[in-house]
Amino acid sequence: MPDTPRRIVHRPLPHDSAAAHVTGEAVYIDDIPEPAGTLEIHLARAPWTHAELLALDLEPVRRTPGVVCALGAADIPGINDIGPTHRHDDPVFAEGRVMFWGQPLFAVAAERLETAREAAARARIEARPLPPVLTIEEARRRGDLVTEGLVLERGEVARGLREAPHRLAGRMTIGGQDHFYLEGQVALALPGEEGEMRVWSSTQHPSEVQQMIARVLGIAAHRVTVVVRRMGGGFGGKETQASQFACIAALVAAVTGRPAKLRLDRDTDMIVTGKRHDFLVDYEVGFDEDGRIRAVKMDLAARCGFSADLSGPVTDRALFHADNCYFYPAVRLESFPCRTNTVSNTAFRGFGGPQGMLAAERVIEEVAFATGLDPLEVRRRNFYGGEGRDLTPYHMRVEERVFAEIVERLAAEADYAERRAAIRVFNRENAWFRRGLALTPVKFGIAFTATWYNQAGALLHIYRDGSVQLNHGGTEMGQGLHVKVAQVVAEELGLPMERIAVAATSTGRVPNTSATAASSGSDLNGMAALAAARTLKRRLIAHIADRWGVGEREVEWLPGRVRAGRRETTFEALVEDAYRARVSLSATGFYRTPKIHWDRSAGRGRPFLYFACGAAVSEVVVDLLTGEYRVERVDILHDVGDSLNPAIDLGQIEGGFVQGMGWLTTEELSWDAEGRLRTHAPSTYKIPACGDRPRVFNIRRLEGRPNREETIYRSKAVGEPPLMLAISVLHALSDAVASVADHRICPRLDPPATPERVLEAVDRLREAASRMAAE
Amino acid sequence: MRRRLRFLLGHAPRELDEVEPTLTVLEYLRRIERRRGTKEGCAEGDCGACTVVLGRPEGGRMAYRAVDACILLLPMLDGCQLLTVEDLRMPDGSLHPVQRAMVEAHASQCGFCTPGFVMALYARLRTPAGERPPLTDGLAGNLCRCTGYGPILAAGRRLEETPGGDHLEAREAETVALLERWRDGETLAVGRGGRMFYAPATAEALARLLLEHPGATLLGGATDVGLWITKQHRRPSPIVWTGRVRDLARVEETEEGLRIGAAATYREVIGPLASLYPDADAVLRRVGSVQIRNLGTVGGNIANGSPIGDSPPLLIAAGAELLLRRGEARRRMPLEDFFLAYGRQDRRPGEFVEAVVVPKPAPGTLFRAYKVSKRFDQDISSVCAAFRIDLDDGRVAAARLAYGGMAPVPKRATRAERALAGRPWSRATVEAAMAAMERDFSPIDDWRASAGYRMTVARNLLLRCWLESTGEIDRRLDRAPEMANA
Repeated sequence: MPDTPRRIVHRPLPHDSAAAHVTGEAVYIDDIPEPAGTLEIHLARAPWTHAELLALDLEPVRRTPGVVCALGAADIPGINDIGPTHRHDDPVFAEGRVMFWGQPLFAVAAERLETAREAAARARIEARPLPPVLTIEEARRRGDLVTEGLVLERGEVARGLREAPHRLAGRMTIGGQDHFYLEGQVALALPGEEGEMRVWSSTQHPSEVQQMIARVLGIAAHRVTVVVRRMGGGFGGKETQASQFACIAALVAAVTGRPAKLRLDRDTDMIVTGKRHDFLVDYEVGFDEDGRIRAVKMDLAARCGFSADLSGPVTDRALFHADNCYFYPAVRLESFPCRTNTVSNTAFRGFGGPQGMLAAERVIEEVAFATGLDPLEVRRRNFYGGEGRDLTPYHMRVEERVFAEIVERLAAEADYAERRAAIRVFNRENAWFRRGLALTPVKFGIAFTATWYNQAGALLHIYRDGSVQLNHGGTEMGQGLHVKVAQVVAEELGLPMERIAVAATSTGRVPNTSATAASSGSDLNGMAALAAARTLKRRLIAHIADRWGVGEREVEWLPGRVRAGRRETTFEALVEDAYRARVSLSATGFYRTPKIHWDRSAGRGRPFLYFACGAAVSEVVVDLLTGEYRVERVDILHDVGDSLNPAIDLGQIEGGFVQGMGWLTTEELSWDAEGRLRTHAPSTYKIPACGDRPRVFNIRRLEGRPNREETIYRSKAVGEPPLMLAISVLHALSDAVASVADHRICPRLDPPATPERVLEAVDRLREAASRMAAE
Repeated sequence: MRRRLRFLLGHAPRELDEVEPTLTVLEYLRRIERRRGTKEGCAEGDCGACTVVLGRPEGGRMAYRAVDACILLLPMLDGCQLLTVEDLRMPDGSLHPVQRAMVEAHASQCGFCTPGFVMALYARLRTPAGERPPLTDGLAGNLCRCTGYGPILAAGRRLEETPGGDHLEAREAETVALLERWRDGETLAVGRGGRMFYAPATAEALARLLLEHPGATLLGGATDVGLWITKQHRRPSPIVWTGRVRDLARVEETEEGLRIGAAATYREVIGPLASLYPDADAVLRRVGSVQIRNLGTVGGNIANGSPIGDSPPLLIAAGAELLLRRGEARRRMPLEDFFLAYGRQDRRPGEFVEAVVVPKPAPGTLFRAYKVSKRFDQDISSVCAAFRIDLDDGRVAAARLAYGGMAPVPKRATRAERALAGRPWSRATVEAAMAAMERDFSPIDDWRASAGYRMTVARNLLLRCWLESTGEIDRRLDRAPEMANA
């Protein structure tokens, strides 16, 4: 890329929809004026956790006045499966067997939702309850996996463990997390002529929704157009989960010939959609007196729910991150994607990575307590780097140690050592409150591990007035993708931002797109849009060179104009002239990520193009009488390469951190003994509120460090990695708790560290300490 | 009887004769007015995406307050001005200062919660600076899943320095005059299809209506009944709303202490109650959110008999008595006696809670109140505790320990109280009381907390009370100092 000063990229421009957001004029799907005759759909849910479905008679529902249709599995003309990997384990409507409490059984459509809801109660359903499997442990005992697990292995782990001077083993449970996007799942379907179907879906993956609608309706994909202008939050929860509701809306529209809308209320949304996987990790580590790890063995078992969904790649990614920044001389990691009679868990910001990383940091913490070293020192001693210490468990080389540089700078800038000493003094003098401090790093692999997903397309139109419409395959869920990609196009074409309009994402404009996921949105779509812009630019340069009789190299492309010698014309005039000369002013762009490859069966390859890194120091104060706590201060240093838009990236870092903090602290999913989710609304499921934000919160980007790989303007992906910076909060809480036993016992504080869990750990450590003293 | 609902939507009068009694303001805005800037995030008053601003004439000026449209019933707008995000743009089409501050701070990402934040901030802007709660308390009722809140708080802080005047304020006199003209002493009676909503304007009319309709659903701020409608899809009728009964909303100091009218909102009660029992503020300012405290009534929190309401423990500890009225007949009872069993209260058909009388503290009274929940703000208590300990020369003359979340009803720890009574106020006495509490409660496990945690915390809060009284503990984590930076 040419090394000229940038006018538009790298600048902190506001979100392209900011004014529409604050005025309430931004249109979400439920805000679209309904076409006349639009039906509203009620989704009927199963009241059993696991059951054989003997009979489902919808006739009484259909006969209810006002009901236009009632549809179940038997009414699906195509295939009753929306599993993203086509395993036939993810039905639109339960068929033969109910697999979890709340599973959609059928849909009822009427002009008013109330009519449909009340009529649904008249269905005659017979079922025979079956014993459910509810826990990871039980599923593991039964060996029931939704998909094949993965093993990553390097070196002789058994020997490494055996021969290590010290060795310990433990278990960690990691809680799940609801996405709690503010806009629930929603779709509006509009039937057209000859079986056409146009669907507005709140989805991160319009191409998959298109494909699923075609499968379910039994029609070709070219009849189906899926459109998404924006989502009111996604976080992974609308990667596969949107399909079901879009398919149901399309089914109702296809059957009735009328427009149909399905919008889930909050409770239904939280009951029927998948969440972040909870994990059960068994770890063993061998290490020496100096805290250097010799060998690590981990089993990572995940509660996947009743179907595979994305659990294969999610548990794979957990393994890819169970090293975090640490070199394991010998290692064996195995995943167990367990089947349970609960909702099918799915993608969520980090995609398994956070769970793997938590396990890695727990192992570090164990070693620190066992050796009496500062956990930060144990981290440093085990960082990748140095002779023969750069190979990950998946045999990819770690080529740069930016995390180590970040950790040292952050430790110095945030006065880690001084504060740690001061906290020790505070804790000695304080009977009722304890402080804790922790610094944890993040190294997160960037690229879809399904290699074929790493492609993107764009379609750019220049109209005769010189205005540009940008289409690309990515979707906007608040992360600022559209403004970033528009910045790329404006930069390349030398136009001001207001000349670039980003169109709603549509499968009719850019086909066969990948999900906007894996933090890849701007890496992939930015490059595709750049390619399209370059194609158009080349055509225009060729045209004007020809017109002026000069060489193409003599044409200078300047902001808003072109020049060759003394001849100059504006962009608008050039466009009109090119149009009249019959030059195509529309171009596609395509990109595929270079260098990556992955052989899953061998457990070897280079699944990632690069790593995004950062680190955070968190300080907490804990009330020993109740377990309540506050996050007092957080300092973050995070690497986003040469940021495409520093304001947007800062928002991703802060928002990701706070979301991660919620996952690890107050966000607790609770199922009862019958397997019914009891926390399905904000009254019972507590995401962070504004008062939970760390009292002092310093966020800095690592500056002057362009991505060493050739990414879009040398930026780095930022969507997911910052979530894992919040691991520092869990470790700070653990540090505070550990003080009650004089830092001699690893608290093994499992997330979510609710006040109750913290108090339980405090009491447990006190008892253990007094037992130790008695012995 | 007046059979026409009247309110202002922005500056446009709305006069409706046919009104579904359980239609929420949110549904009305989105479906009928087609104002779709106001969003539904949860339909239970917990996320604030539907925040709108309700204006009422008070003392010749308009008082503006943020409320949740999702659980507010349309007839509750009677005599009010409703402002939504669509009303904010300046007359020349430019952004309102609140909107501009949000844009400049990069305070929206997905944008779905944004109109709610904008309206919550707008209500703050129109609230006299001295009456505004701290910013983080003021925005605790608005959830954002994207930003981490920093930019929103930054926008909010910038606005604190902004003078409040805008195009809406310029028309304030005209708005006050119109709404004052509408004010009447008639009972509002609107409905549809035989289902009715009554809003009497006097206590007498209320008493008569309830005699006529003893099975009516009595509505205070709709922060509980609203959820019956949105979550359980119930359609109670008739509904009798206390919100227009002015004498029922009075909070007044009497000889005995404080008389809190049943229709007084949390917002109206916090100040006067905290002036008698300063620590009551520690719990009340964390009840729900600004939006909820602007609507929810203390009378409703008592009358609904919830075991996890936060006001009963405070009031029971203080020794409050309940005044009940049926027609012209009145009864008075200690508040704790009102709660008979889970979901059952000592309220007869046609009877209503008229007021709570809170006695003044005696000299030497120690009063402490605590709320422990998973999240500090806008969360239902795992345990709520309030202690009134009357000390006489270092000894406990009398103790009232009241708890929420520990039993099927708000309940006193009578055995623990007995362990304190007459004994020196010492750690040993407190520990004896903590042990005695074992037999006072057998709490349950649920998604908020385990039985074991509840019991431990219930005891430890008494210890904390003692430690605070000796000065050994002087801080509480629930008080979030304003964010140092953003």
